[in-house]
Amino acid sequence: MTTTPYVAVRRNFTWIEKLSQINWFFVLLITIIASIGFAMQYSMAGGHFYPWAAPQMARFAIGLVILAAVALVDIRVWMAAAYPAYLISFLLLIAVEIVGHVGLGAQRWIELGPIQIQPSELMKIALVLALARYLHGLALEEVSKPQKLAVALVMIAAPAVLVLKEPNLGTAAILFADGFSLLFLAGLSWWWILPSAAGLVAAVPVAWHFLHDYQKRRVMTFLNPQSDALGAGWNITQAKIAIGSGGLTGKGFIQGTQSRLNFLPEKNTDFAISALGEEFGFVGCVIMLFLFAVVIGFGIRTAMSSRNQFGRLVAIGITLNFFFYIMINAAMVMGLIPVVGIPMPLISYGGTAMLTVMFGFGLLMSVHVHRLVELPRSSGGII
Amino acid sequence: MPLFDRKDKSRYAAFTRRTLLAGGGIGAVLGALGVRLYQLQILEGDEFRTKAEENSVSARLIAPLRGRILDRFGIELASNRRNYRVLIIPEQALGGVDAALDTIGRIILLTDRDRARILRDISRNKKFVPSTVAENLTWEEFARVNLHLPYLSGIQPDVGETRDYPYGDELAHVLGYVAAVSPTDEQADDDPVLELPGFRIGKRGIEKSLDRELRGSAGVSRVEVNAYGRVIRELSRDPAAPGSDVWLTLDQDLQKFVVQRIAGESCACAVMDVATGDVLALASTPAYDPNLFNIGVTPQQWRGLLEDDHHPLIDKALAGLYPPGSTFKPAVALAALDAGAITPDFTVDCTGSLAFGNHIFHCWKKHGHGRISLHRGIAQSCDVFFYNVARRLGIDGIEAGAHKLGFGNHTGIEIPGERAGVIPGRAWKEATYGVKWLEGETLNAGIGQGYVLVTPLQLCTMAARIASGNAVSPRIVRVLGREAQERPELTKLAFSGDAIAAVQSGMNAVTNEPMGTAFRWRIPNPGFEMAGKTGSAQVRKISEAEHLAGVTKNEKLPWKLRDHALFVAYAPASAPRYACSVVIEHGRIGQHPDVQMARDILLYVQQRDPLKRTPAWPVSAASLAAAMRHA
Repeated sequence: MTTTPYVAVRRNFTWIEKLSQINWFFVLLITIIASIGFAMQYSMAGGHFYPWAAPQMARFAIGLVILAAVALVDIRVWMAAAYPAYLISFLLLIAVEIVGHVGLGAQRWIELGPIQIQPSELMKIALVLALARYLHGLALEEVSKPQKLAVALVMIAAPAVLVLKEPNLGTAAILFADGFSLLFLAGLSWWWILPSAAGLVAAVPVAWHFLHDYQKRRVMTFLNPQSDALGAGWNITQAKIAIGSGGLTGKGFIQGTQSRLNFLPEKNTDFAISALGEEFGFVGCVIMLFLFAVVIGFGIRTAMSSRNQFGRLVAIGITLNFFFYIMINAAMVMGLIPVVGIPMPLISYGGTAMLTVMFGFGLLMSVHVHRLVELPRSSGGII
Repeated sequence: MPLFDRKDKSRYAAFTRRTLLAGGGIGAVLGALGVRLYQLQILEGDEFRTKAEENSVSARLIAPLRGRILDRFGIELASNRRNYRVLIIPEQALGGVDAALDTIGRIILLTDRDRARILRDISRNKKFVPSTVAENLTWEEFARVNLHLPYLSGIQPDVGETRDYPYGDELAHVLGYVAAVSPTDEQADDDPVLELPGFRIGKRGIEKSLDRELRGSAGVSRVEVNAYGRVIRELSRDPAAPGSDVWLTLDQDLQKFVVQRIAGESCACAVMDVATGDVLALASTPAYDPNLFNIGVTPQQWRGLLEDDHHPLIDKALAGLYPPGSTFKPAVALAALDAGAITPDFTVDCTGSLAFGNHIFHCWKKHGHGRISLHRGIAQSCDVFFYNVARRLGIDGIEAGAHKLGFGNHTGIEIPGERAGVIPGRAWKEATYGVKWLEGETLNAGIGQGYVLVTPLQLCTMAARIASGNAVSPRIVRVLGREAQERPELTKLAFSGDAIAAVQSGMNAVTNEPMGTAFRWRIPNPGFEMAGKTGSAQVRKISEAEHLAGVTKNEKLPWKLRDHALFVAYAPASAPRYACSVVIEHGRIGQHPDVQMARDILLYVQQRDPLKRTPAWPVSAASLAAAMRHA
């Protein structure tokens, strides 16, 4: 690690200097990925910007502004905002239980005037911030102390269980994954990790008991798609046909029969990359995976280059959150795991997901911009 | 307070280690996803590509246009006409299907039965699939629908093709008809075109026997469909191959004359070219309108056809079996002469009856013909003369001779449903009844009674064979598509020329010598004279008591018990060209209506002389040459 003069750390940058500190290569990279998404939305509408591509582009544009704005805010401000954000998100999660609208059989969002808010999406960011803030204040050996660990576990489990109750298995899984990975990266002792992992495996049959019928059905269908080829298995079967039929180089732009002819359910949202696979084939999919890998690599580099633990944990938390999205969505569409409602970041059509992803990248960029800021364990950030 | 202490350093180191570990995990997961992609897209790609095509490409059959049936001069006997129809597309009916049917019901007639059928069709299909509301509309009705179209939402006028038989019942038994495909048809035939809704196949007559040729083959339109089955666009189209035209040997002008001439009786008639066997007219009355079966017969109409005691559904010319009666005598005479059982100057003394065994065989002339020769025996149709001939010839000779003239076998005409009839023999009786042949039965066979059963077409064939001396067989298909139909090589009839001449002379005497049974109804026009043989066939047993008291006159019997009247003839008698047979069921009423019909028909056909006229261009030079060879 390079040593930087202490003074430099204390220095406050101007807005202009901060803007120049934003990694514009990274912004270009996610713009390319998002453009692949626009192209697929355009293709799935049969070569039209409406109804999907144009709104998606508008959202991405808003997302870029959010990214820049979030990046310019001092990392210490985010640190100070971490607990309040978590608290608000948590209260919204409870609110969704009470006043939430029923959408797709699950209570997932509440309406605030013209905008719909999915508290579970907010919570993904808020949980990362709050855990990072909490873990920032702990020395390495303190992380594994039972009473300290218990607090962290409650911070993870409370929102995750609420989301699970919505029911939203996919998001709950991501919350757990985000939380536990942060504990792992903060240096949680292997003495905790290995027995818990073993316990988790043992708990699977118990968990099965508590799953909703539709969730059980999804799992059963996943294990044997042909058992219900025209019902729940339809999604998996058709998505695999779409991707597989793309072959090496795909059927060509706007030539995918599976997606254009409505054989793919939810083709423009959760199953968007099956259209990519169909129209651009193995080559297109591998390029997309590569671009994602570069984004993740950048996130890891940003985390490692930060001089403060909060920034490190925020950066890696955001990056892992992004990775979990990709992994779960891709694995689902390729028929590796049961169908769960997780979109592909930057590619799938959807407003909330796009904005939370861009907000997360904004935080990542804020960590990058403020990577030289050093913060003591006792710091609570600044407003 | 230091910002950065040793503890921080240790946790940073731990973070770096674990992050690198996590990075490795991420790389492994992304790699696994890549492997999965490789498996799906490269290894199993072809399989999934096939599945995607099965998903999205649907082949739609295009119905072929059915071939026409034409007479020898190219007159269309069965053709296709425009079928004006009205379809409904449920999803486009804005006010709902019921409202749309109500509106259309004010423009064209829709019965409750129609409505029920339409609603049933709609419920079976997807919302965007058209269902037929009404078919075979008149031009006026169709124009009316089109006029009101702007406010008929969901209603679509459409023009299809349907079979048309412009001559209706005149050709019902020759052409047959087309009708909707039944489940048994579909089992017997794997042509996918049968699954097309509304498709019609031949059910009888030429329409049935040449159905495959007339049908053509379906075209295929490959269309892209979406997940709901809606057609998005057409990818490719193989046009349907229309069916072959069938050119018959019939002369529709003559056919019309024949049908009109025999109308009113339960009757069958065939007219044939004696040189080739080409059938020029073939009629069975009463008949039915084949168009009815195409459109759909109502239960009342069907019951009417079934219950009619004149049997309009039976093609009597091919499938009606009758005892030939005296019309069989030329065959017996020919066989006997040829076999040497009798000589041309063989005579018999007819006393009005012949005792044989313990049975008395009567002549139709109660007091007998006196001494009678072969010539007069045929001319006056003496039963006792032919009892004697039959005794000398024996049943085996009769059987062999009758077969040579075409009896007892299918003639092979290209119309389905033909029956072979019965020429009895020793083996036949043994096989059918399990008892031995009785010599007395030979006598009955000798005058065309007993077990003997023939069809009117076989009778006409016999007349043509005796007239030409050749073993001609009836054929009715002249050209199929572009190919002239091959005629079997003509072979000489296996009878001696002298024998044939003697029988011809006898048949000439029937109509042209004053003693002949049909002299009164001869053709008097010079050069047009016909030769023939009358016949009547009992359909009841006449008891010995009735013979003694005097046989009841036919006119006094109920219709069903009257004798059948039969007549075979050819003309001109001196150089025969046309043969004809007429059979009237229960029609013997003194004035020989059968002979009169044959007389008029043979005179008409000779004066019109269709064989001298150039047949319609049979499409290709090769088939023209073939047609010339046969002409």
